[in-house]
Amino acid sequence: MTDLIKISKTIKLFIGGEFPRTESGRSLPVYVAKTKKLYAYLCKASRKDLRNSVTAAQSAQAGWAARSAYNRTQILYRMAEMAEGKREEFIETLMSTLGYTKIAANKAVNEAIDAFVYFAGFADKYQQMIGAVNPVSGPHHNFTSSEPVGVVALICNSKFNLGEVVAQISAVIASGNAVVVLMAEAGAATLAPLSEVLATSDLPKGVVNLLTGDLNELYQHLGTHMEIQSLSYQGSNKKILGELKEMAAGNMKRVIPPINDMLSLDHLVSYVEYKTVWHPIGN
Amino acid sequence: MLDTESKIVNFEYAPSIEAIDIVRIEPKNKLFIGGKFVEPTSKKYFASINPATGEPLAQIADANAKDVDLAVKAARKAYNTVWSKMSGKERGRYLFRIARMIQERARELAVLETLDNGKPIKESRDIDIPLVAAHFFYYAGWADKLEYAVPGRAIQPLGVVGQIIPWNFPLLMAAWKIAPALACGNTVVIKPAETTSLSCLLLAQILQEAGLPDGVVNVVTGAGETGAAIVSHPDINKIAFTGSTDVGRLIQKSIAHTDKRLTLELGGKSAHIVYEDAAIEQAVEGVINGIYFNQGHVCCAGSRLLLEESISDLFVGKLKSRMEKLRVGNPLDKNTDIGAINSATEFGKIKKLIDSGIEEGGEFFEPSIELPKKGFFQKPCFFNKVSSAFSLSRVEVFGPVLTISTFRTTQEAIMKANDTQYGLAAGVWSEKGSKIHKTAAALKAGVVWANTYNKFDPSSPFGGFNESGFGREGGRHGLFPYLSIK
Repeated sequence: MTDLIKISKTIKLFIGGEFPRTESGRSLPVYVAKTKKLYAYLCKASRKDLRNSVTAAQSAQAGWAARSAYNRTQILYRMAEMAEGKREEFIETLMSTLGYTKIAANKAVNEAIDAFVYFAGFADKYQQMIGAVNPVSGPHHNFTSSEPVGVVALICNSKFNLGEVVAQISAVIASGNAVVVLMAEAGAATLAPLSEVLATSDLPKGVVNLLTGDLNELYQHLGTHMEIQSLSYQGSNKKILGELKEMAAGNMKRVIPPINDMLSLDHLVSYVEYKTVWHPIGN
Repeated sequence: MLDTESKIVNFEYAPSIEAIDIVRIEPKNKLFIGGKFVEPTSKKYFASINPATGEPLAQIADANAKDVDLAVKAARKAYNTVWSKMSGKERGRYLFRIARMIQERARELAVLETLDNGKPIKESRDIDIPLVAAHFFYYAGWADKLEYAVPGRAIQPLGVVGQIIPWNFPLLMAAWKIAPALACGNTVVIKPAETTSLSCLLLAQILQEAGLPDGVVNVVTGAGETGAAIVSHPDINKIAFTGSTDVGRLIQKSIAHTDKRLTLELGGKSAHIVYEDAAIEQAVEGVINGIYFNQGHVCCAGSRLLLEESISDLFVGKLKSRMEKLRVGNPLDKNTDIGAINSATEFGKIKKLIDSGIEEGGEFFEPSIELPKKGFFQKPCFFNKVSSAFSLSRVEVFGPVLTISTFRTTQEAIMKANDTQYGLAAGVWSEKGSKIHKTAAALKAGVVWANTYNKFDPSSPFGGFNESGFGREGGRHGLFPYLSIK
């Protein structure tokens, strides 16, 4: 057999469970690491794409939160299974676009799978660790439980780390939030295998939305969007973090600064709200 | 059939006025910095009045940025040299002692609170001050058990905490702020609201008598400028603010480019849902308590009543007759249900919002009760048949003003209840357990009162969703805002 020309995958966005191109028709070239050889053209998402993603996340969130914790656990575990099946594609992308060695790429995929499994196991347990039955003085049953905060915008660190991105997405959705992820330009080509993992894990459409684009062009639109309840900034630019905190005041978004311990209860709990319910005890 | 209404003799309540000689108010009240009462460097004082009479009660020191700086320095020194080094056990002992001393001086604190704030004595005596003591008791016990608060994590105090509190529950808000902050090992610079400084200053005196090390708590009195000086002070590690959403937003913006931590407990427009299968008489009392408690000056007031259509006429009729029996007047009278509006400013604001509501439409009702001639008194009132677009359905009044609208299905009730940018509290009344649970789970609010309303307890976390702020006060969750979790 003669060598045929390779069919490369068109890497698009992931919004509402679909794979659209950016409505803006703009693209971002990604090169093979340390060369000028084109690897692929990614989508350069626009403000409109971002707003569509928030709408998709918003419509998906209540249904996702209404799923049983057990079901969210199974779906997160399913993601680990699907990621395992896509190991070769992740490795190829990491090696080609970021210049990882095979060993490093393999390790990165292991970390991503670990993160899916870790939060799969947490989705039906954190409630008991952070909830409470409160011993109020008087004849009332009083309990505190947690709820997802709603729609979370996640701005990834420009220093790409697959395991961290997966941990961040998993921590956000484990409690029933929906998320719009703005991926860093470096490593953005992993959107292709990652979105396919998400799309084939029985995750309801719109719970996770992945965008690639120019952070500097888009972060303000996330900061000021009124339908986003929480803004997670995982980058290291203090000025951007400050600006986001300022913009967040518009609708009192909860701003989550960089998380230190990716695989932890604290990470998951960054994206919940506490609700306390009172009911009288008596006749 | 007997006309029972006319047969019942209308028993008038004889006045039963609380004596005020238990309270001694200093004519001039200084700042409390570094364990001592000191003259403000500003040399300025402002008047605090009794809102029930309009007469001046005392002069209060007006702290400027220099005074705030001195307070922060005293707090930092106390943090570095004493409080952060002290064992949790010892900190707890101070807090227990303070709790006891508050109980011992409870009546004095209650009378002072009523004089300065205008709230009914039965409320300051039976709710505010007992809760103040309970809060210190509750957090006293946490001081030596913090390693259990966040299992598996190392925790540390934050340092110096700046706290700004409102005038609606002056001493209770001081307790909500100070007790957990001290239990966690922080030191405090606190600013009471400018119209209600007196009880916080009496608390300072109690702290002094309790032997609390100098500078652990500093009280700086003043208005917005004093608050701004706290917020912008570079040596403060955390701001805790309770007040309006507008001011909360300004604070969030102004410290955005710093590492200061922030918790905000802000406004609300809380929905109160009554289903047709509710215990109606209890629900009427609950709704009355939900909106008219503390003159409606409650961030979590149940200010939007949502009635199931089938019971709405019946319910509104019962509300009206109950409201005719509410006793509005002298806060020192032990029979008074609704006291004085705290200040001329608030009084004017409420009047204006009611006028704009009357202009906008809706069926306005206020009872035919008489009000005292002097002081700032407002009749409790409601607007029936309002839509969600009605401005009073959206704006926080912070006064005794209720809006009423109807719904037909559970889904509609939940949708209407959640149709607000706020998310502090909500109420729901039904005798059907599954409906209560479904509704409580679907309401976007930090506190849900089911078949009750406006209940508070130090062990019960309180705080809002969305534009009602973030962070919780009360319970184990109330420790997190005062700890750095490693």
